[in-house]
Amino acid sequence: MTIDKNARYRTSHEYARRDGASIVTGISDHAQDSLGDIVFVELPAVGKALRQGEAFGVVESVKAASDLYMPMSGTITEVNAALQGDPALINKDPYGAGWMIKFTPSNASEWDGLLDAAAYEKEAGKE
Amino acid sequence: MAPFAGYDMPISYPTGAVEEHLVTRRAVGLFDIDHMGQIEVSGPGADEFVSSTVSARILDMKDRDARYSLLLDEQGLVLDDLFVYRLPGRWWIVVNASNRQADYDWFKRRAPAGVKVVDHSEATYMIAVQGPRVLELLDQVSGGAVSVLPRFTSGDISIRGIPVLFGRTGYTGEDGGELFFPAERAVELWELLLAEGEKRGIETKAIGLAARDSLRFEAGMPLHGHEISPAINALEAGFKWACDFEKDFVGRPALEKIQVEGLKRRLVGIEVAGGVPREGYELRSEAGAPIGQCVAGMFCPTVKKYAANAFVLPEFVKAGTKLKVMIHGNPKDAVVVKRPLYVPAYRR
Repeated sequence: MTIDKNARYRTSHEYARRDGASIVTGISDHAQDSLGDIVFVELPAVGKALRQGEAFGVVESVKAASDLYMPMSGTITEVNAALQGDPALINKDPYGAGWMIKFTPSNASEWDGLLDAAAYEKEAGKE
Repeated sequence: MAPFAGYDMPISYPTGAVEEHLVTRRAVGLFDIDHMGQIEVSGPGADEFVSSTVSARILDMKDRDARYSLLLDEQGLVLDDLFVYRLPGRWWIVVNASNRQADYDWFKRRAPAGVKVVDHSEATYMIAVQGPRVLELLDQVSGGAVSVLPRFTSGDISIRGIPVLFGRTGYTGEDGGELFFPAERAVELWELLLAEGEKRGIETKAIGLAARDSLRFEAGMPLHGHEISPAINALEAGFKWACDFEKDFVGRPALEKIQVEGLKRRLVGIEVAGGVPREGYELRSEAGAPIGQCVAGMFCPTVKKYAANAFVLPEFVKAGTKLKVMIHGNPKDAVVVKRPLYVPAYRR
């Protein structure tokens, strides 16, 4: 299991990483590994405002469909279009080419409530 | 690992389900299918008994032939699907894991005096070897005993001293076969095949349940509990071809009645844009009326499509018919397509 040390995490395995004033979100390496081969991902429209913990999309693996949750509240500014043609990018490079959404956070203090890398590693290790 | 009919089965190996599917389509896939059951029927009157119990024509089979059939109840509902082998002096019937006991009881209960019904499942191991390079691999380890067997026949071969009944059948749409052999040699044969494949430069991988499902799905083969079940009759599932109406068999009168009355629903294939259709998802007409339900659905790695099999009202079965499938509460565009999505090797 690899962990992006610069990111923070939800217990539901989404990560949030600062990118200038934006947040980049996807799912952790642990999550992609448990899901198995990812074959489809549904992402929100750019401009959509979502609250922390609200579903922003769905990831479908060979095994099952799983909802994706906003790590923080914000407005979607970009989605990773490459995932439509090649959802397996999430398996290959979850923190890089397999990113899912970028958003402008509307409540910066929510960052502090997310798990840091060490805490997430401990949490994911329990599964 | 996932529990399946009392067995722990790997959903996928470290290779990953999609790659396992593709390996089977291009080289050799090994399937640990010991959960399948084997029932032997023999004795005076066995031929007529088997013929009247299963749906397919079997009395024209020669020794060593293998044929697909259904096992129906008196209502024409599908208890199981089978591979029936005619071996010298006996019938060797391969049944699904979850139905093994019920199938055995069904044969046993109906068997007339003199006909012997024996469950060989515990002593027999079963590995399927499927893919375009299987004959090349197996010929090299069996002294060329495999490729001489025509499709849908079987032979007794020896793989490095392990006695194997080889049936040139399968459940993936690829060439290859299914191996029956003494259970205590299972690990030895499994590892031998993987090692021989590697040694000879023939890509050979272990394949899990998820790829087994997507392979059979693309090739248009049914999975018990999905396209066929005791709640589905043979005709609505599209298996008239596996029923011989020129002989007597359990379920025939019911099917003839159903044929006269007309089918209330039929199995179709659909392709979907914008999501993965899965078992249980509802189908609607373009006008929004409920018209059926998916019984299996997935991403198909060879044809690179999202597809499902579904039972729908008879007026929606024509290829090209536009439908909606409800995915996570949203209607997504779907279209009825011709099955199978992938034409099996034996039909090419």
